[in-house]
Amino acid sequence: MEQNQLKDRGTSVFWPIKNKSRRVMHRGRAGIILENTKYIIETKNLVKVFGKIKAVDDISFEIARGEIFALLGPNGAGKTTTIRMLITLSRPTSGTALINGYDVVRQPFEVKKQIGVVPQQSNLERELTAWENMELTGMLYGMKKEDRRKRIQELLEYVGLLDRAHSNVEEYSGGMKRRLMIARALMHRPRILFLDEPTVGLDPQTRRKIWDLIKSMNRSGMTVMFTTHYMEEAENLCNRVAIMNRGKLIAVGTPHELKQNIGRIVLEHLEGDVTTRRFFQSRMEALKYAGSLKDNTNINIRPANLEDVFVMLTGDDLSDLG
Amino acid sequence: MNDFLKFYPIFWREMVYRKKRLGKILIGSVINPILFLTTFGLGLGKRISVGGENYLDFVLPGIIALSSLNNSYNSIGADLNIRRTIYKAFDQYVVAPIKPSSIVLGEVLAGALHGFVSCFILLGLGFLFGAHVRLTLMFFIVLFTSCIIFASLGVVAAMVADSHADMASFGTFVLLPMTFLGGTFFPVDSMPIIVKALVWMMPLTPVSFSLRSIVLGKGVPVYSIIGVFAWAVIMYVLAVVMVSRKSAN
Repeated sequence: MEQNQLKDRGTSVFWPIKNKSRRVMHRGRAGIILENTKYIIETKNLVKVFGKIKAVDDISFEIARGEIFALLGPNGAGKTTTIRMLITLSRPTSGTALINGYDVVRQPFEVKKQIGVVPQQSNLERELTAWENMELTGMLYGMKKEDRRKRIQELLEYVGLLDRAHSNVEEYSGGMKRRLMIARALMHRPRILFLDEPTVGLDPQTRRKIWDLIKSMNRSGMTVMFTTHYMEEAENLCNRVAIMNRGKLIAVGTPHELKQNIGRIVLEHLEGDVTTRRFFQSRMEALKYAGSLKDNTNINIRPANLEDVFVMLTGDDLSDLG
Repeated sequence: MNDFLKFYPIFWREMVYRKKRLGKILIGSVINPILFLTTFGLGLGKRISVGGENYLDFVLPGIIALSSLNNSYNSIGADLNIRRTIYKAFDQYVVAPIKPSSIVLGEVLAGALHGFVSCFILLGLGFLFGAHVRLTLMFFIVLFTSCIIFASLGVVAAMVADSHADMASFGTFVLLPMTFLGGTFFPVDSMPIIVKALVWMMPLTPVSFSLRSIVLGKGVPVYSIIGVFAWAVIMYVLAVVMVSRKSAN
C-alpha cells in the first residue's frame, strides 16, 4: 500500500511516529496527510434504525486512500444516514465504522479531526462574511491565528471567492455558498472530505466548477466520499461507486466493472407502453437479437450507463424513485 | 489549546454577530424598560406605595430582574433555535471537535453579557426616572448569575423547540407566568400559601427577591442568593444535556 502511495504521488516522505507505527506523509494543496491504516474508511455491518424503519440495513464497505467514492441511490435510500454515521452526527444502531483507523462511536473527537464535511443544505453563518465563517471554523479546530489567516487567504483564492471575502454570506448565490462550504470544510486540512449531494440545485456551469474542484482536491491526495442521485455525476467523478437502495448496499465497484457485469450494450425495445431492456456484451450480439425480433421498429441500442445497472439490480427505475 | 478555552470561538461568533446589529440591539433593550418605567414609575407608581416604599423604588429591581430574564433569554433562544432548525449553522459546532459543555459555555456567556449590558442601560434609565437604589458588588454578582440562568434557559429552549411555533409556546408556558408572578410587580408574601410555593419554584423569584432586598438596603438574603446560584448550575447542566442529546441521534 505504502509503495502504491509513493508511486502515485511522487513527493511523499516517510515520517516515523513515536508509537512505532510507520506513517506516510504527503504534502499537497490540501495540506499534510497522515496515514495509519490501509483503508481510510472501513464499515462493517453498519445498521441504523429509526423507530420501525431500517434506514441503513447492514452495510459493509472499504474506501482506499486517495479514492473518490460515490454513494449512489434514489432519495430515501439511506445515503445521507450512512454519511451522518461516518461523520459522527448519528450513532449507529449496530456495526462499526472506522475513519482513518478511529472508531466513530468510541473516538468521535479523533474522527472529527480527520474529516471535512460539506452538507446538502447550506449551514453557513448567514450574518457573517466568508472570511468570518472561515475564521470561526479555524478557531473551532484550534488553529493558530497566523495559520488561520494564511489558510483562509489560500482557500478563498482556491475556490475563487477572495474578492468577495468580506461580503455577508446572505448576499451569496447558491454556487458561491457551495464553494465557500467546500473551502470551509478544507480549513483544518482534513484527510477525507464528505460531500452530501454536492451539486444538487446548481446550474450546469456551476456544477462543472464543483466537479473540477473535487477532482483537483483529489489530485492533491484527498480522499473524497460523496452521495448523489445523479448518474452522470457518479460516472464523471468517482473511481468507485456503491449503489444503495432501501437501506441496502446492492453493488460496489468501478462504474466500468458494474456496467461490464450487466452487459455493456443495452437494447431498449418499446412495445405499446412498455419498454423492455436487454443487456449484451457487444453491439453485434444486440444487433443479432434485434434481427430475431418480429417487430423491430421501436428499438434503441446504446452503451449501458449506471442507471441501467441500477434498474437491472433493483427492478426500480431510478428516476421514478428520485 | 486548553480544553476550557474552547468555548471562545462560539463566544466570538456571538460577539461578531452582535457588533453588526449593535444599533438594533441597543434600541431593543431600551424600549421595553422605558415602557415599564413609564407605566409603573410615572403612571401607576405615583399613586401607590408598597410596604412604605415608593412604588418606583420597589418595582425597579423587579424590572431589572425581569429585564435580565428577557434580554438574556431572547438574545440566545430565538437566534440559536433558527440557526439549529432552519439555517443548520449549529451543525458545524456538532461536527467540530468541541464538547457540548464548551458550546453551551460560549453561548451562555455571550447571552449573559448581552443581558447584563441591557440591565445597565435600564439601571441608568431608572436613575433618570428618579429611582433611589443602593448598588453593591453583591447586586451585580446576583444580576450576572441571573443572566446566566436565563441565557442557559434560552439554550434549553432552542434545543427543545423543533420549530418557531414550539419556541413561541415555550415562551408562553414558561416565561410569561414568571414575568407576572416571579415577584416582579408585587410582593410574593401576600399570596396564598400554595401559590407562594409555586412562585418560589420559579427561578426568577429568588432573583427579584435578592435584588430588591439589596437595593432597598434590607440586607443580603442568603437563602435566596444560594437559590440563584443553584438555578444557574441546574440550568447550565440542563443546557449541556440538551445540546448533547441533539448532537448525536
